[in-house]
Amino acid sequence: MSAYILYRHRDIPNLNQLDVYQKNGGFEAIKKAIKTMSPAAVLNEVKDSGLRGRGGAGFPTGMKWSFLPGNLWPHYVVANADESEPGTFKDREILESNPFQFLEGLMLAAYAVQANDAYIYLRGEFWQIARRLDTCIEELYAEGLLGDKLFGTKYSLRLHTHLGAGAYICGEETALLESIEGHLGQPRLRPPFPATFGLFGKPTVINNVETLTNLPPIIEKGAAWFKTLGTEKSPGVKIFSLSGCVNKPGNYELPLGTTFRELIFTHGGGIPDGRTIKAIMSAGASSVIVPADDRALDTPMDYESTQANLNAPLGSASVIILDDSVNMAWLVNKTVHFFRHESCGKCTPCREGTYWMSHLTRRIAAGEAAPDDIDLLNIVARQMQGKCLCALGEFSTMAVTSGIEKFRADFEKLVNH
Amino acid sequence: MNEFFVQNTEAIQKILSAYPAGNKRPAVMPLLYLAQRTNGFIQKKTLDEIAEILEITPTEVASIVGFYTLYHDEPGGRYHLQVCTDLPCALRGADRFLQDLCDNLGIKVGETTADGLITIEEVKCLAGCHHAPLFQVQGDGDISYHEDQTVDAAMQLIAELKKKAAEREGTNA
Repeated sequence: MSAYILYRHRDIPNLNQLDVYQKNGGFEAIKKAIKTMSPAAVLNEVKDSGLRGRGGAGFPTGMKWSFLPGNLWPHYVVANADESEPGTFKDREILESNPFQFLEGLMLAAYAVQANDAYIYLRGEFWQIARRLDTCIEELYAEGLLGDKLFGTKYSLRLHTHLGAGAYICGEETALLESIEGHLGQPRLRPPFPATFGLFGKPTVINNVETLTNLPPIIEKGAAWFKTLGTEKSPGVKIFSLSGCVNKPGNYELPLGTTFRELIFTHGGGIPDGRTIKAIMSAGASSVIVPADDRALDTPMDYESTQANLNAPLGSASVIILDDSVNMAWLVNKTVHFFRHESCGKCTPCREGTYWMSHLTRRIAAGEAAPDDIDLLNIVARQMQGKCLCALGEFSTMAVTSGIEKFRADFEKLVNH
Repeated sequence: MNEFFVQNTEAIQKILSAYPAGNKRPAVMPLLYLAQRTNGFIQKKTLDEIAEILEITPTEVASIVGFYTLYHDEPGGRYHLQVCTDLPCALRGADRFLQDLCDNLGIKVGETTADGLITIEEVKCLAGCHHAPLFQVQGDGDISYHEDQTVDAAMQLIAELKKKAAEREGTNA
C-alpha cells in the first residue's frame, strides 16, 4: 500500500517494473473496465469523479471525452507528455518512476472512447524516457495486455510514442497534433475542435500525463472515493512542482485545496538565507506575479480559489517562489525572452509582440531604458492581450502587465538612475 | 530506393507502421532523428533521401529541421552541452554556472572547444527546475540529463566525454 495516489513509486520500490506494478494491483482497473464495464460506464465513472485536466486548463476530463461524435471513426487518444513550462517537472517523475500506471490510464481513456490507436507525444529531451516507455509497451504486448482482442473481447489497442524536437508550443494541443502529423508545431484555428477534427482529421482526445495517471485508481476505487479527496469543485490530489527561492524545491503530491503557505513553509521548508518571500507565480512562467501577502499565502490551491482570490489560474500548479532579492523587471526579462524564443511565428500579435517586448525588457533590465519604456512595454503587452491565436501569446504578457502593476518600483529603480 | 532507405529499411518500415496506412508524412520527425543518430547531424543528402521516402519536397523536410531546435543541419561539436537558464534555474544560479563553465573552457556560449568535441549552448526549460543548475548532453545519438551541477562536476564530465571520444577514435582506427 502507498499513501500516494500518483507517486506510488515513492513508497513502492521498483514500481517501474511490470511484475512489481502487477503485484501492487497493476492492470486490475483496465481488466475490470474491458471485461465488466461498457465504454460509456467508464466515461460516466470519470465524469462522476469530477476529475479535471491537470495540464493547465482544468477542464472536466469526462466531459472532454463525451464530445467525441459516435458517427465519425476512428477515434484517437493522445497523451500530452510535452512538459515544457518553466517551473513544471511533475510528469517527468511519473514517466520515469511510475510509467505503467500512466500507460494503464492511457489504455482506460482509449477504451472509454473506443480508440484502437493511442499516441504518446513526448518532448524531444525525454529521449531516454521514450526509449524506456517503448520497452514497457513491448512488455505489455508480450503479456497480452496490449494488442488484438484484449481479454477475450473484440477490443484491440496499440500504443505508439512520438518524440517532439524542442518546441514549447507543441504542448498546445493543436500544435501537438500538427507535430505528430509531420508539420511545423503551429496551433490550428478553432473551431473545429480536436474532439471532432483532431489527429489525422479524426475525433481525438488529448489528455495530460498526470490526468491519465489518475484514471486507474478512479476505475478501481470509484468516483465516490475520488471525491473524498480535494475540494468539492476540484476533487483529487495534485502534484505541485515547487521551485525558485525555497529550501526544498521538488514535487509534492497534495490534496487540491492545500494552501500556498502549507506548500511553501511546511513542505518546502520556507525561504533560504533568512530572506522573506516577495511574490509567487502559481503556473510557471505563464503566470501573473502575485504579491505574497497573507491573503495570497492563505489561498487554497484549487482551480476556483486561486482564480477568485488572486485572479491567477492554478494552471499546471508550477509554483515558483520569489524572495526579496528578486527584481521583477529582471524576472520579466527572463520570461519574455523565453516566450520570444518559443513563439511559433504563426500569428502576428505573438510573433511581433514578444519580439518588441523582449527589446524593451532587455533595455530595462540592462539599465539602458528611457523612463517612457515602462509604459511602452505595458502598452505593447496590453495590445497583445485577447488577440493571439493561442494561449502562448496571451501567457507571455501575464508577468509583464502584473509585474508593472504590482511592482512598478522595481522597474523604475532600473530606469531612473 | 535510396541509400538511407537501404541502410535502414527495417527501422524505417517500423516507424511507418505506427501511422495510418498511406500516410507517410508523420514519419518525418522520427526519420530525422534516425539520420541524426547515424551521422551526428542531418546532411543535405539524407534530407533529400527522407523527402523521397516520404514523398514530400526537400523544402518541407528542411522546414521541420529549421523549426525544431533539437535537429542540427551543421556538424557542430560532437557533444552539445546545453544549460537551462530559464527563470527557475536562474533563481538557483544557472546564469552564473553557465558563465563560469564557459570561462573554464575558454569559449563563449554557442562556441565549440578547439578540439571540436564540446559545444556549449544555452537552452530553454528542461523540466528539471528543482535540480538546477542542470544541463543535457546531446551526442552519440543520445540525450542525457545532468542535474545539481557544479562547474567542477561539469568539467569532470567533459573530461570523461573527451576520453570516451578518444577511445572510440582508437577503436575505429
